[in-house]
Amino acid sequence: MASAAAVATLGLIVYEIVFGAWPAIQKFGLGFLTSSSWVPNREVFGVLPFIVGTAASSLIAILFAFPLGLAIAIFLSENFLPLPARQAVRFVVEMLAAIPSVVYGLWGIFVVIPLVKIFGAWAVSVFHGVPVLETLFAPPAYGNSMLTASIVLALMILPTLTAISRNSLTAVPKTLREGAYALGATRWEAILGVILPTAAPGVVAATILALGRAMGETMAVAMLIGNSSRLSWSLLSPGGTLAGLLANQFGEAEGMQVSSLMFAALILVVITLLVNLLGEAVLRYTQKQTAGIN
Amino acid sequence: MNFTKLVLVVGSAVAGIASQSSAQQLSGAGATFPAPLYQRWGVEYNKAHPDVQVNYQSVGSGAGVKNFTAGVVDFGASDAAMSDAEIAKVAKGAVMIPATAGEIVYAYNLPGVPSLNLSREAMAGIYLGTITKWNDPAIAKANPGAKLPDLAIQVAYRSDGSGTTYVFTQHLSAISKDFNDKIGTDKSVTFPVGVGGKGNEGVTALVKQSPGAVGYVEYGYAKGNGLSMANLENKSGKFVAPGIQSGVSTLANVKLPENLRIWPVDPEGATDYPIASFTWLLLYKKYDDAAKLKALKDFVAYGLTAGQSLSEELGYIPLPAPVVEKAQAALATVQ
Repeated sequence: MASAAAVATLGLIVYEIVFGAWPAIQKFGLGFLTSSSWVPNREVFGVLPFIVGTAASSLIAILFAFPLGLAIAIFLSENFLPLPARQAVRFVVEMLAAIPSVVYGLWGIFVVIPLVKIFGAWAVSVFHGVPVLETLFAPPAYGNSMLTASIVLALMILPTLTAISRNSLTAVPKTLREGAYALGATRWEAILGVILPTAAPGVVAATILALGRAMGETMAVAMLIGNSSRLSWSLLSPGGTLAGLLANQFGEAEGMQVSSLMFAALILVVITLLVNLLGEAVLRYTQKQTAGIN
Repeated sequence: MNFTKLVLVVGSAVAGIASQSSAQQLSGAGATFPAPLYQRWGVEYNKAHPDVQVNYQSVGSGAGVKNFTAGVVDFGASDAAMSDAEIAKVAKGAVMIPATAGEIVYAYNLPGVPSLNLSREAMAGIYLGTITKWNDPAIAKANPGAKLPDLAIQVAYRSDGSGTTYVFTQHLSAISKDFNDKIGTDKSVTFPVGVGGKGNEGVTALVKQSPGAVGYVEYGYAKGNGLSMANLENKSGKFVAPGIQSGVSTLANVKLPENLRIWPVDPEGATDYPIASFTWLLLYKKYDDAAKLKALKDFVAYGLTAGQSLSEELGYIPLPAPVVEKAQAALATVQ
């Protein structure tokens, strides 16, 4: 009964969004996804910069969070530290998930932005003239930029990534670990050669789910990313995400702008649904794989 | 036994709530810009009239107009006065009453430059992205004595849809044909340069954080946060500093039409500050509840008279006397 209600709610949400987006879908069609100009007063709408911004900020966040999260997960699944210490670290990492998004945004404004500005000024001068890096770190170096948002996003998705990876690592059967050690492997050979490959699908699932979380993140990103509707290759430039676009403009939108924002919402829902479904599928597959080993 | 206790507790709670609702409740929703003032009016009015409670939700001009049109609030508020088409959609008819006014300033962050004159060319050029450095000749021309640094201009704008953006872009569109063609007037526009902050607070924060930043904010926010404000060139060619005096000067020279809907888009007086605008309270022409009607009219009358003395303290421009008279006349048409 309850699960039917949940499914029905999801269906209703999607139906309402499509219904609201219909005028924009009819007017712009797929060009909406490839056009770069978002000009409300001229009724020209295109969300390419926001799709790119959503993808870029999430992927860069994963780039930062993945090594860190995996390292923490390995640390927590092995006995480098006594159990109480491990539990304390695990608790702290999971507490990161309890911090509200707005608080992350505020922290980002007061702590991360000044640091990124210093880094940005250094990067612009050092990478000037270097082929690829020059475009990635092009002046002017803003504080509210893609880089700032990605750093804070990385911290926000860290708990998800760490928790699920840790679960996958501890789910590796004892027989495999003991077998590795019995064959004379050192601790790190066991971790890198046996445990990690076995847990790999679970870690991949964790990453995909963390990616899904990053794509939907609204408040913190809107406060830090600079909210610009221009497409730019530089990490130090402001950008925009679909979620941020909706949060910023929905309140005052009228007419075709509302439909376009609903269309953007539809795109966001589809992307995050697909990413999350993929993550769940991989996770399901992993559990089936490791359940058989004994 | 337990059930009886439960009934007693719930019963007393309901009685408590019921006794509160004997107070007259006035609910309004709309613009965020005048929200601090309206909420203060509500508090002060409630002190004098404990049986009237005013509840104002600052949800934005657009949402305020939507709520007002749908009839879910007693009064609305909007920085952008309703158009004829919008008024036609209101079943009970709409009366627009200017309640207070504000100025939009160019807040800037340039240590060592306490006073800055911006010509009309500079005002538009900064937001068009054609003027990119503070020591550009277009800016230096108007500031012969100042030491303008060779610093990039970091432009800040509103990322959310806002009446402030509307008034700001309306003025720049009037003074610069380029701006009108490339950017235009709306509650949210796409600027070719700069970073977006959410709300007046967001833009204020952006300006405060970066040396070389400039952003458009309401006068109250700039003053309250200690931001430097530029002197803007008006139509007569004079550089006018933002402040209560210059704002009142602009508004007093405005000729209010019958429906009290006017935008002083490009004021002509010598002492007029170029970017100032009213914000309106939206009332229905007809109210069915007599007690509510009386309380509401009394509250708005308070706002138009004694309430105006609170404006300066909170950073708003008090309405000039001729405007107050016309507003009171409009209030009298509400039945």
